[in-house]
Amino acid sequence: MSGVTSAELPWNPRRAERGWLARLLDSKPFLIAICLFPAVGLLLTFLTYPLGLGIWLAFTDTHIGRGGVFVGFENFESLWYDRVFWSAVFYTVFYTAVATVLKFGLGLWLALLLNEKVPFKSLIRAIILMPWIVPTVLSAITFWWIYDAQFSIISYVLVDVLGWKDSYIDFLGTPWHARWSLIAANVWRGIPFVAISLLAGLQTISPSLYEAALLDGASPWQRFTKITFPLLLPILAVVLTFSVLFTFTDFQLVYAITRGGPINSTHLMATLAFQRGIPGGQLGEGAAIAVSMIPFLLFATLFSYFALARRKWQQGGSDE
Amino acid sequence: MSEATASKAGADDDYLSWQSRPRRILTVYLPLACFIFVLLFPFYWMTITTFKPNAELYDYKNFNPFWVVEPTLANIKRLLFETSYPRWLMTTMLVAVCSTVLSIFASVLAAYAIQRLRFRGANAVGLAIYLAYLVPPSILFIPLATMVFQLGLFDSPLALILTYPTFLIPFCTWLLIGYFKSIPYELEECALMDGASRLQILRRITLPLAVPGLISAGIFSFTLSWNEFIYALAFISSSEKKTVPVAILTELVQGDVYQWGSLMAGSLLGSLPVAIFYSFFVDYYVSSLTGAVKE
Repeated sequence: MSGVTSAELPWNPRRAERGWLARLLDSKPFLIAICLFPAVGLLLTFLTYPLGLGIWLAFTDTHIGRGGVFVGFENFESLWYDRVFWSAVFYTVFYTAVATVLKFGLGLWLALLLNEKVPFKSLIRAIILMPWIVPTVLSAITFWWIYDAQFSIISYVLVDVLGWKDSYIDFLGTPWHARWSLIAANVWRGIPFVAISLLAGLQTISPSLYEAALLDGASPWQRFTKITFPLLLPILAVVLTFSVLFTFTDFQLVYAITRGGPINSTHLMATLAFQRGIPGGQLGEGAAIAVSMIPFLLFATLFSYFALARRKWQQGGSDE
Repeated sequence: MSEATASKAGADDDYLSWQSRPRRILTVYLPLACFIFVLLFPFYWMTITTFKPNAELYDYKNFNPFWVVEPTLANIKRLLFETSYPRWLMTTMLVAVCSTVLSIFASVLAAYAIQRLRFRGANAVGLAIYLAYLVPPSILFIPLATMVFQLGLFDSPLALILTYPTFLIPFCTWLLIGYFKSIPYELEECALMDGASRLQILRRITLPLAVPGLISAGIFSFTLSWNEFIYALAFISSSEKKTVPVAILTELVQGDVYQWGSLMAGSLLGSLPVAIFYSFFVDYYVSSLTGAVKE
């Protein structure tokens, strides 16, 4: 740092000769405006405006290639009596709840294992993230193949190698099998993110706390519940919010593996919105389904906000 | 931090001598091995299927499915020469690179303004950008599809290049704000005294010091745009302009008989670029992931 002194800096201040452009760039309000413009402009155009447009579309009967007129709550009314929609709502909540519990249970376990002294730790950490960085659709196709009715490798192991079952499992053929298979694939994909994030949280916990607890004769379980868990809670809250948010609005996995089948039993709200909106052409109805997700998302966001606020308070109001 | 881990490891050795080796194998190594096996098995299965000839692929009675007796490159060959796979790869690369560059450019300026230019409402703008990250593509794609259509961008890679930054900018800005925060403000003050303009400061002092942050943001953006699916599915219709994830799902899956060999070859080749890219920058990747969560 000390190497950067004013004498070594290569520029040559020529304040007097500066043109109007340079002077304009030195005016702070202008500079702030120009710096914020690309990011804020892009976000307003392609995020805020579509968000509003989506809510508007939900109250119209827009079809592809034909502008719609305002129809009030008609879309929501027809959804209210739509059994497929309610089954999608049910499965979305079920999928999110079960997958989140499993992801956090297993992810926390994996993080605790990685926090132990193990050889090749950084290598293990690197390969564990693989499911998370590979395109979801491509790993979903692999799961599709693993769940194949005739050539499933899981069935092969259970039936032909271990002999635990008599017949091959039809993973994607019946509603409940398909639902659980999708949840398993989602958990597989979500564990790395949870584990690596929580591992980062675990590594910030000071070892002296554990030493003190050991001297006081605390059992491993006590050390976990009295030290690890409370100190991990703030980061857990943030990761949980993100995980819930992205599991709830998941699209790729279900679209790639089952496309909502069999008999619409595995539709998530996002896949149903897509099916009705884009191939089905009923943009208004699709938007209404998408808008129905907003209350859940608001809830998750507020949860995140208050978790963060509480964390700042715990740290005495200072940032890291 | 390595010191802390080391001292903790030392503590484990000293105090936890009751935790004998067999017990450690049972409680630590065995579960860890199971996790790694389950997390990596689909990749193994993807790879082994890619190299299997059809005779072995659909015959579990005579061939052990876990191994391949006569590896073949037929699946990869078919993918590369009988489909538009190279074109899909080029499109994906183009979209990923352009949207990454655009996002990094916008994020650097925004993060610099929020963190360093210190204006009233900077925190509010920062929070608003953070909240933008919480708006998922699943609720935006329908209105965006109508917008893309009206702008005449439907079926053009430009539609993807312009819409991907909506989920890249919030993340990158947040990451870069954290990095800029760690650069001492005194350096900039010195330069200001010497008569440097704000943009000179950004270019010559702040950016060179924030290179690790830029790399992290770049890798993350590239991977996220490579993996994006729903916009690419909704906004692109002609076969040769599709991105790899969409094309493999919509172009290679035809009829009721799935060509699993080609499908797995496509998945493998589509995953490899990100996997290789990732392997070079693992540490940046992990630090950006965990840094973003910790912020």
